Amino acid sequence: MRTAAAGADRRGAAGGPPGARPRTMLQALGARRFLIGAWPWRALVHLATTPLSALFFGVPLFVLTLPLYLPAFLVAEAADGLAAAPSAGTVLALLASGVVLTAVFGPLMALPAGRLERFRLWLVDERDPGTGHRSPAEPGLWAWARLRYTESATWAELALLVLTAALFTPLSLGLAALGMLSVMLLAAPLLASEEVPMSVGPVRVEGAAEAVPLLPVGVLMLVAAVYAAGVLTGAHGVLARALLRDRGTAELRADLTEVTRSRARLVDAFESERRRIERDLHDGAQQRLVALSMQLGLARLDLPADSPAARSVAEAQEQAKRAIAELRELIRGIHPQVLTDRGLAAALPELADRSPVPVEVAAVPEERFPDHIEGTAYFVVSEALANVAKHSGAARAELSVRREGGALVVDVTDDGRGGADPANGTGLTGLADRVAVMDGRMLLSSPPGGPTVVRVELPCQ
Amino acid sequence: MSVEAPAVRTVLAEDGVLLREGLAGLLERFGFEVAAAVGDAGALAAAVAEHRPRLVVTDIRMPPGFTDEGLRAAVALRREHPGLAVVALSQYVEQSYAADLLDSEGGRGVGYLLKERVADVQEFVGQLRRVLDGGTVVDPEVVRQLLRRNRDPLSRLSEREREVLGEIAEGHSNAAIAGRLHVSEAAVGKHIGNILAKLDLPPSDDVHRRVMAVLAYLRSGADRR
Repeated sequence: MRTAAAGADRRGAAGGPPGARPRTMLQALGARRFLIGAWPWRALVHLATTPLSALFFGVPLFVLTLPLYLPAFLVAEAADGLAAAPSAGTVLALLASGVVLTAVFGPLMALPAGRLERFRLWLVDERDPGTGHRSPAEPGLWAWARLRYTESATWAELALLVLTAALFTPLSLGLAALGMLSVMLLAAPLLASEEVPMSVGPVRVEGAAEAVPLLPVGVLMLVAAVYAAGVLTGAHGVLARALLRDRGTAELRADLTEVTRSRARLVDAFESERRRIERDLHDGAQQRLVALSMQLGLARLDLPADSPAARSVAEAQEQAKRAIAELRELIRGIHPQVLTDRGLAAALPELADRSPVPVEVAAVPEERFPDHIEGTAYFVVSEALANVAKHSGAARAELSVRREGGALVVDVTDDGRGGADPANGTGLTGLADRVAVMDGRMLLSSPPGGPTVVRVELPCQ
Repeated sequence: MSVEAPAVRTVLAEDGVLLREGLAGLLERFGFEVAAAVGDAGALAAAVAEHRPRLVVTDIRMPPGFTDEGLRAAVALRREHPGLAVVALSQYVEQSYAADLLDSEGGRGVGYLLKERVADVQEFVGQLRRVLDGGTVVDPEVVRQLLRRNRDPLSRLSEREREVLGEIAEGHSNAAIAGRLHVSEAAVGKHIGNILAKLDLPPSDDVHRRVMAVLAYLRSGADRR
């Protein structure tokens, strides 16, 4: 896919495949019908708007960052003997404040200029450059400003603004002058007369007769000016595209989305597989064991109470009951039914009640979450409480579950001896792994002497 | 047991064929009349409407959704047919399921038991009869979970008092508790008086009212958390 796209780009740079409609100014320049198409007009509009960018954003930027250039003026004045040479301290202070001013005001000018350049870019390059900017992760002006001031797209826009104002604007104006000259040469036969002589550059035209020989020169100059405009605006387009384009982030983002999706599919598949196993055990083995122990119970009724046969049957029945209890605990660990039926609000307090260490349940939201979120949150609490019971030596623990913005936050706190370390294989690593699959994160605070806090954040919309 | 009494008409709902047949055999052996044995909640409602039983024994998890269809059907049936005794069987102990049943019709004539309790055949039949008599039967496992929480008033109870409290919550009479704990009935009476006083519960000799008071106390603790 990507190889094919790169191939298309190479062909584009070489002037485009024969017959294909050009999509950039440089492709159009190579076409034979360049002069009679829309492209010269697009170049004209682009050329005419280049000074706008300089005027609206370049000039204010120049004024705001004046200390950056002042040393050059001062040195030049001193060289001309007009003023005393500035001290090194003054120069440094000016340069430093110039840099600071650029850092502060540069982005403020660069952002709207970049927006304007994106519009203008379409005139010379129809391919979508994408948006080089990312969207802030959090709402609010502060998050926005922090992102904009730190991302490379903003500083690339500043570079484009400086180049447009300092390099392309003078070139555009020069080219405009050449264009005007050629237009005047072409118009000279109509405008010039002996009474009103006309000056066209170095040439003085007196009367239409003198003007006619200049017509071919005017035509040549006009054609040259149009091609030069194409080259200049095309070059600006290449530069703008290079600076403004999304540096691969679009593709990267698409890949990431796909990875996230396939990971979510995997998690969902695991979750439904767990539920299927739970259902199979419930409908199969568990059912049979209950029926078996009931049959044994009935058999006991028919046997004399203290016969050896009755004792054997009673023993068999005891074994069956134990198997049922073990199977029940196993199934609960896989996927408890109450979680499916009634969600975390019902399942977590019951989990807490079964913990050997008394657990205070501070809060659990009533709302239902997607299956995989509920499954993971339940697993997290179950593992964390098992850890508390096994390793912490705690007398009590506290469980709190709440929704914070787009995340489900689970806190398990205990008053044990602390010093829990994922490296010691206390099940914390498995917990962190399980959480990471959900794009969530696990935070652990466990200073020696406690208390230990395990916090898990699971993103959910 | 009471062989002379007319057979108790019963409707049975359980989706596992093996267990359904076994339960039906067990009930008939103890003199219950199994009017219908069905495999899902819809059929249960239809069978109750048709046969007008005195007792319903139902699995909680049944087709089509395999969640708590049996439980919801049981609660609905008790609303429609006042006086219908219902015993719900579950693979798991879930306090929230028990709570739903106890809240229906004042908790009279209702039972919530782990499925494996059917293995202790005679005890199971005894529990069914207690429910038929308007009593409340809650699985000892539920009571144990409720009692396990170390909340303040409960921690004031002595070990023996906690044991007695568990027995009360399961619906046993003073005499039965005395037999089970191997103490005199008078001692049980004294323990019960102490427990009710410590928990600020009204003293009562009516076993059912006592059970409900204790369960309400334990469960309100569950909600307060």
